[in-house]
Parts: sequence; structure tokens; C-alpha cells
Amino acid sequence: MLGKLTLSAIPFHDPIVMGAVSGSVLLGAAIVALITCYGKWGYLWNEWLTSLDHKRIGVMYLVLALVMLLRGLSDAVMMRAQQALAVGGSHGFLPPEHFDQIFTAHGTIMIIFMAMPFIAGLMNIIVPQQIGARDVAFPFLNSLSLWLTVAGALLVMVSLGVGEFSKAGWSGYSPLTEKLFSPGTGVDYWDWAIQIAGIASLMSAINFFVTILRMRAPGMNLMRMPLFTWAVFFTTVLMICSFPVLTVSLAMLSLDRYLGMHFFSNTFGGNIMMYVNLFWMWGHPEVYIVILPAFGIFSEIVATFSAKRLFGYKSLVYATGAITLFSFGVWLHHFFTMGAGPDVNAVFGITTMIIAVPTGVKIFNWLFTMYRGRVRLTVPMYWTLGFIVSFTLGGATGVLMGVPPADFVVHNSLFLVAHFHTMLITGALFGLVAGYSYWFPKITGFRLNEKWGKRAFFFWLAGFYLAFGPLYLLGLMGMPRRMWHYSNPAWHPWLVVAACGTALIVIGTFLLIVQLVVSYRERKDNLDLTGDPYDGRTLEWVTSSPPPVYNFAEIPVVHDIDALADMKERGEVHKRPARYHDIEIPENSGAGFLIGVLTFCSGFALVWYIWWLAAASAAGVVLIVIARSFDDHTHRIIPASEIERIEENRYRQLEAARSGRSEISPA
Amino acid sequence: MREKRNIFFLPAVSLLVSGLLGGCGKVAILNPAGPIGRAERDLILTALGLMMIVVVPVILMALWFPRRYSASRKDAAYTPKWTRSAKLELIVWLVPIAIVTTLGHLAWSGAHRLDPFRPMDRGVKPVNVEVVAMDWKWLFIYPDQDIAVINKLVFPAGTPLSFRITSDTVVNSFFIPRLGSQMYAMAGMVSRLHLLADKPGLYYGQSQQFSGKGYAGMHFEARAVSAARFKDWLENVRRSPDRLDAVRFKKLEKPSIDAPVTYFSNVEPGLFDRIVGSFVNMGPMAKARPPVRPGVAGAVAGVR
Amino acid sequence: MTNHAPTAQLAQVEDLRQEALTNQVFGFWIYLMSDLILFSAIFATFVVQSHSYAGGPTGKELFHLPYVLVETLLLLFSSATCGLAMVAAQNERRALVLQWLALTFLLGLGFVSMEVKEFHSMIAGGNGPDRSGFLSAFFTLVGTHGAHVFLGLLWMAVTMAQVGLKGLSTSVQSKLMRLSMFWHFLDIVWVGVFTTVYLRGVLQ
Repeated sequence: MLGKLTLSAIPFHDPIVMGAVSGSVLLGAAIVALITCYGKWGYLWNEWLTSLDHKRIGVMYLVLALVMLLRGLSDAVMMRAQQALAVGGSHGFLPPEHFDQIFTAHGTIMIIFMAMPFIAGLMNIIVPQQIGARDVAFPFLNSLSLWLTVAGALLVMVSLGVGEFSKAGWSGYSPLTEKLFSPGTGVDYWDWAIQIAGIASLMSAINFFVTILRMRAPGMNLMRMPLFTWAVFFTTVLMICSFPVLTVSLAMLSLDRYLGMHFFSNTFGGNIMMYVNLFWMWGHPEVYIVILPAFGIFSEIVATFSAKRLFGYKSLVYATGAITLFSFGVWLHHFFTMGAGPDVNAVFGITTMIIAVPTGVKIFNWLFTMYRGRVRLTVPMYWTLGFIVSFTLGGATGVLMGVPPADFVVHNSLFLVAHFHTMLITGALFGLVAGYSYWFPKITGFRLNEKWGKRAFFFWLAGFYLAFGPLYLLGLMGMPRRMWHYSNPAWHPWLVVAACGTALIVIGTFLLIVQLVVSYRERKDNLDLTGDPYDGRTLEWVTSSPPPVYNFAEIPVVHDIDALADMKERGEVHKRPARYHDIEIPENSGAGFLIGVLTFCSGFALVWYIWWLAAASAAGVVLIVIARSFDDHTHRIIPASEIERIEENRYRQLEAARSGRSEISPA
Repeated sequence: MREKRNIFFLPAVSLLVSGLLGGCGKVAILNPAGPIGRAERDLILTALGLMMIVVVPVILMALWFPRRYSASRKDAAYTPKWTRSAKLELIVWLVPIAIVTTLGHLAWSGAHRLDPFRPMDRGVKPVNVEVVAMDWKWLFIYPDQDIAVINKLVFPAGTPLSFRITSDTVVNSFFIPRLGSQMYAMAGMVSRLHLLADKPGLYYGQSQQFSGKGYAGMHFEARAVSAARFKDWLENVRRSPDRLDAVRFKKLEKPSIDAPVTYFSNVEPGLFDRIVGSFVNMGPMAKARPPVRPGVAGAVAGVR
Repeated sequence: MTNHAPTAQLAQVEDLRQEALTNQVFGFWIYLMSDLILFSAIFATFVVQSHSYAGGPTGKELFHLPYVLVETLLLLFSSATCGLAMVAAQNERRALVLQWLALTFLLGLGFVSMEVKEFHSMIAGGNGPDRSGFLSAFFTLVGTHGAHVFLGLLWMAVTMAQVGLKGLSTSVQSKLMRLSMFWHFLDIVWVGVFTTVYLRGVLQ
């Protein structure tokens, strides 16, 4: 009836795990109690869980990303603490089984369930506004993507308390992930969680690809699109082309594990290195999937806070395109040490280096955007500058590892770990946090506190160098990654330094939360009444903060790159339309949420071999989809009078803001 | 502003300095003990140096521009519409291209010159060693000497080492950091590696590819000795009562963590190739074998 | 302009709906392209493992070309009948649409049944997907295509119900359009399967 699931699946004997589990359960219970106490279930269901509004969906993605960031970070803290302790005779506080789960969970969570939802959140909120659209092309699909991502994340979280997570690393190299070597439920949790989230990402990608290509405001031809939209566009291309390969490789692994097939086994004609090839054919583009949107964010921030058009707009677009193209031709550099032969290695090494050229061009273009600008050093700019400096250094180590013989000595060492954390922390995460700070007023209607933001930034930056600088060195000292224990005493002091760096990062993260709380409490003083707090240059700053559900009462007409800056010059911002029209928006739907729940049940059932539940949940999903396809009332109309009321209110607000400003400016 | 500069500069500088200072002593990769490692270190330093041509100006500009063109300095030049400069864009594309071309050349020649499969020509007969990664220990078979050792590698300094590497389990990577190049050990496949130690000394070897529960213990002593002492050591191993035949190998296949150094005075001929063959597209001869290898499977079920 | 406002407004909403349908067709195209990549990855795997018999049977020993040829013809004919259904849909002939779709459905069902029978006899003969890397790849490639056809049948049944209940409204027309794209796509993939797996296997 319950497959392999018994009470013994819950690790009662492990105080660390049980602490984390009871903490999560208590927190969950507290949230449920609060919602019940304030009677907010109806609000939550009607306004959020069933919402098809791209902005609401985006916010929910951001919440997921933030929660998973905290989980991933606590994994990082445990790893660094363990390695700071477990030298020689001391075995630290984590046994290898636990340590191995932690580094696997850390990687999986940070990439798939932190960076990806973070990106999905920002692109959901911003892209439609940047291109002057009222929504995405497929609002229901959008909600479905969100809830499938949540289902995947939930599977990872549940593995904490029921059974175990994979112990084979986030990349899950075969044959270690085969049933023969990993008989437990861990690999299955990992496999299904990523599989479900991967399908969600693919659907998101198709959605945004169509949105960007077909729903732009009149006049916004491709070469007038804001850089963030361009970056998201190329990201969707990467996702559409690479995620199917991930789906295939994970599915084959499942077939090996569930039906005893021989794709990646090391016997009976399986091919272990085929998994590695397939995985990185997705995995390398995936790196750019999380970094390109951050590049887009930096482009927006640099232009806005330099009060200047981006230098070399076309260069930037072509460079992004070139990165997209080349990222499919470098996967083998993840395993030069497989012994593929010098010709193959050299070719992949050279393609790897070629990617550095467009990346370098982008960095120069950001620098020259600041050149002869009026640079305002706001919090998003701090993150951007921190990124430029660190990413350039990290990029240099990446090109270094593109030289095959150099990779022969640093492959799989902490040098590699330091390298890709430089790329992903300063490249992706700094960008995402910068984007979060930058667009926060657009999302909530009030600004974030600058002081706490700067403090958080400095702790993050200092913590980053302190945590990963020593790792470069340790890699050169020959320390491999993923060691729960080591005997070389020379490594120890540097690992202690790295642990201190992690502590600073934890403080930095805590300060980000403080910033959020302080800003919320002082929100009345920091209201963004204009919808354009930074003298922005792109269309998302035309709407009010937060925007009405339909974004634009009248779709703007675009005449130039930096559409809003151009409108401002021509004095055409916030012109009252002659009359208001009815606007059709998608009706709420609980189907996405329900499918998410059922998919989670199905995934959980598959992990524990509860076949009836898996089949029933899958059948439930099919039935919901069929029912939805019969539903013709998927949209509702907001009447023109209602639009008029909202918009007139907005004009009064703008008026108030303007008079407020004129009172302040003489002083 | 002051504060910001410091925070950008200090960690980077202190890292560089500590890295370079450390370079003389404990930093294995920067302090190689053989020609392969040396060539690889030189390549690393050359490549890093070349890249500094771009990296340093970028960092300087990133720190200087925001100050120079700060919004608070109304005297600074301001050209909001300046978005294009053929000259600058040419530099921006061409300089990285030039550097990458140079690096690409280095990568191409380096990949060929330092191909781990390529034998070393030193005019001396190399010492052949067959390496088998197991759960979780290293088996070194010296086919010419007909001996085998667990978790210890002894070899004459100044003589090329010719490794044939495979795995009896999941993927591992065979690596002696101070000698250079690592190489994957993969079941059913034989990879090659050629190394050389200049002088006698104690180096450490390890697995560089995560392989499960006992991975952290998969390190071994790699000791380069004089030719005479190598002979003595061989004699010493040959006196061991332990012999590595099929039955003993089955026992050895049981996963074990931190296995002690073990000497085998005799090895069943062709053992290495049989280990490799046991995974390769199991032909008609192997048809009788059950789907999972019982030795490993049984042991795995017991241990994990 | 102001006088005709209500009609203009209605037209605008109608335009948007039309636009949404066009978006759906375009989005579906993109999905098909990503599905093509999914199939390419499986094809590539099959080619890599096409000789990993592990002592088990080869394609030559297992495949019966005439049987597969019948399967192929069923699918090809179903594509033709699907096309005829689309022509009927364009001419707004509802009954004809249903008839052609029903025929397509039966042909597709025949294809899936034959495939299931082939799989069953192979597994019963001890040559299941766990026998060798080659057979794993064979079952997965052919099975993935088969699963697509099965889902297509499910979709076809639902669409037929909608044609019956709602008539040929624009949204149903759009669904028919996407369904036929899917069906032809599967046909093209099958041509690849037939040549790469069966022909190549038998001719070797």
C-alpha cells in the first residue's frame, strides 16, 4: 500500500536532521496558524495561488527563491563548518552519508530551485512591462510552470525528513547514481525533483519566447528591445534547446533505476560517459541560462544609474547571441580528463576560450556606459561593480581551465569549486539581488532601505572573497572537492578562513532580511508614487508601482531604444488617453495549483514505489488538463469605467508626487 | 568611497600575495616535482599573465569610472547620447580576440604536447603500472615485476612511469598533484597516463572524482626512490605471503574504507585485462553471468 | 472614431483573441521543435548503443520488416486521413471532420496496438529492455514515439468530443490545427525511427 515507505524512513536518530525537520515543520505550522488566525485563506487562494497575473506569479517565484536560498545557504554553512573541523583525527560533526547529501542538495537547490526561480520571478514581473504587454502569451501555462517548480522544490525539502537525498553530487554522474551503487531513495528524489522543475522551466521558456517575439508594443522592433528582454530571449532559446536533453538523460537514468535498463550502467552495454556527455550538453548552457539574465539586469542598471544610453547596444546584443550559440559547443571541457584525445580536448578548449570574447565585450560596454555618464552609486550599482571586478577575475580562471593541460591539474579541485562559485555568485546571484533591489519599488510600491542594502552588499562581497579566495589556493594545493574529511594539515587553516567568509555571507543574507523588514516598516516614507523612482529609461517605469493588473491602460508606442527616455525627451510620458477601453484579462484558475499538488504526489509516490498513488495522481493531472480544455470562460473583461477609475486615481497620485517634489527641490 | 575601494582591493591583493608566497612551499600545483607538472604550471602562469592584459584594465576602469563620472561631480564630462565609437569597439573586440588566439595556440600545442596518453621518451625503459580504482582503494599492479600493492605506489625517480588505468567500480580520477595530470579511471575502459618524478621524495596521490561513501579515504603514498631502493622494495614485496588470484580479488572487491597498505607477492596473469573485460559489452562468454555482479552487489547491499 | 467606439472596441477584443490563437499555434511549433531535440537526444543515444548487444540478440535477429512496414503504413495513412479531416474543418463540415478523425484514431490505435504486441513478444522471449544497452535504447526510442502517439490519441478523442459538443468554433479549429501538427510531426519522427532503427538494424 505504501510501497517502500515505512516509519524507518524518518531519521529519528539524527539530531541535526530532526532539528532541521522540526524547525521547518514548526515554521510551516506557524505560517498556517497565522493565515488561519487572520482569516487570510480566501485572500491567499483568490489573489495569489490561483492568480494568472504574471506579476503575482513572479512574486511567488521570488518567495520560493528566497526560501530555497536560505536552505541552500544553510547547507553551505554545514559544509564549510564540517571541512573547518574534520582534519586528521577529528571527524567533524557530519558522517560522510550526511555530508554527501548536503553537497548534493546545495548544488541542486542553488541552481535549480534558487537561481532558476529567481530568474523566472524577475522575468515574469519585468519582461511583459518592458515590452509594453499586458500579460504573457500563455498565462495559464505560466501558473502551471510555477506550481510544478514548487512541486519539485517540495520534493527536495521532503527528502530531508522522509528518506534521504541523493549522495552522488548535483550532477549525478553515472554509474554512481545507478541502483547498484545508490540503492536508496536519494537519487530518485533528486531525479524526479529536477525532472519536474525542468519540464516547468521548458514551459516557461516557450511562454516567454512567444511573449517576446509576438507581444511587443507597436514600434518596438527587435533592435529596440531593452537588454534585459534580449537576455531573457536568448535565455529562452538556450532553455528550449537544452532542457529536452536534461529530460532525456534524467528519464534514461530513471529507466535504468526502475526498469533495470542499461543506459548508464557499467555492465551489459551501458555507457557511463554518455550520461556525462548528455548532462553537460544541458549543464553548460544551463550556466548561461542563469548568467545571461543577470547580464541583462546589469545592463539595465548601468544605463539607468549612469543616466546614459548603453554603450554599443548592438555589440551587446550580438555578444549575447554569440554566447548563446557557443555555449552549446563547450560541454566537453567539464571532463577533459576523460582522455578523449588531444584534438578533441583542444577544440573544446578553444571554443571555451572563444566564449570569453563576447563576455569581455559585454564587460567593456558596461564600463564605457559609465564613462562620461552621471553615475549614481546606489545599491544596485554596488552589486554591479562588485560583479564586474569579481567576474573578470573568475572569468580569467575559467579561461585558464579551458587550457586542457591546465585543467588536468585543477579539475575537480577546490579551484574549480571557487571558479564556478565566482561565476555563479557574482555573475548570477549578485545580478539577481541587484535586480531585486532595482525593481523592488516596481513590485511593491515602496523602495528598499539603501543603508541596510549597502551593509548587506559589503558583507556579501567581503564574505565572498574570504570564502572563495582560500578555495582557489586550496585547489592549487591539490585539495579535491567533496571531501567530508581530509588528513593534510596544511589545508586546515585556509578552510577555517573560508568558513569565516561563509559566516560573513550569512550575516550579509541576514542583513538583506533586515533590509526587507526595515523597508517594510518605513514604507510610508519611501513610497514610490511616480512609478519611476530612478529616472528610468525603459517601459516598466511607465506603469504605476505596483502596476495595475493590466499594466498599461493604453499600449505605448515605441520610437527608439530606451523607449521611456525617448518619451521623456519628447514630453509624451503619462499622457491621458482620449478614452479608456475594456480590457480582457485571464480569469483566475486553480488548475495550475492542483496539477502542482498532484505532480508532487506523483513524484513522491514514484520515489517510494507507491504505484497506485503515482498512477492516480497522473490520471488526475490528465483529467484536469482535459477539463480545462473544455472551459471556455478563461477570460474576464475589466470594463472601461473601472479602468478609468484606476487610471484617474493614478493621475492624482502622480500630481501629488509632482507637487511634493516641487516643494522639496528648492530646499 | 574610501571604504569601497578598500573592500574591492584588499581581498584581491592579499589573495594574490598569499598565493604567490605560498607558491614556494605547500602549493603542490605551483611547486611541481616532475616535467609534466612543471609544464602545466608554466602554462597556468603564462595563461594567467596573458589574461591580466584585459583583467587589470577592466578592474581599474570599474573602480575609476564611477568615481570620475560620479553624479555628484557636475564638472565631469557628460555625454548621454554617446553610444558608439568604432575605434573603441574595435579595441574591445580585437584585444580579447588576440589574447584568445594566443591562448588557443597554447591550448592546442599544450593539449598535444601534454597528452596524458603520449609516452615519454627518456631513453630509459619506463616502469609499467596498472591502476585499478576500487571501492574505496587503489590497486596498483606492476605487471613486469608480477607484484601488486594496495594504496601505495613506489617507483624509481628519473624513470618514466607508464600507467594503464581502469576502474572496478564507479568513475574515479587518478591524480598525484605534484607530478601533474590526472586521469579518469572508468570501468570497462583503459586510459593512459605518463608521469615522471625528478627526484626521490614522498608525494601524495588521491582520487579526484567523487566516488561515494569512502571517497575521502582514497588517497595513497606515492614514493619516488632511487633505483637501488626500488629494487629493495620489490624484494620486500615479493616476500609477502599474500597472493592476488581470482579468489583473493573477489575478497578485495568488497567495499572497504581506509584500506591498509597491502603487498601481494604474486598476481594472476592478465588480471587487469580481465577486470576491464568484465565490463565490456559482455559478450556471449559472459552471458551466463547474472545481471548484476554478485560480489559487488552483495557487498554493496551489506555496506551501504 | 468616437462614434464607432463600441464596435472598434469589440473588434479590438476580437483581434486580441485571434492573436492569442495565433500565439498558441506559434508556441506549439516551438514546443514541437523542443520535442524534436528530445527525440534527437534519444536517437543519438540509440546510435551510440546500437551495437551494445552484450551477448544478446541483434536487431537483425529481432525485427520483422514486413510487420514494421504494416505499422508504418498505418501511421502514414493516418497522417493522410488527419489531413483530410483538416480540409473538412476548413470547409466547416463538422460530420466529415468527425468521420476522418475517427478513421485517423482507428489507424493510430492499430499502430499502437501493433507496437505493444511487438514489445510484448520481445519481452516474453526474454529480450526485454533490461537485456542489453542496445535493447534499452531500442525500447526507449520506439516507446517514446509510441507514448507520443498514445497521448495524441487521447488528445484526438478529447478534440472529437469538443467538435461534437461545441462545433467548429475558432478555438476548436485552433486545437484541430495543433493536433494535426502534432500528428504529422509524429509521422516524420516515425520515418526516422523506421530507417534508423529497423532498416539499419535489418540491413546490417
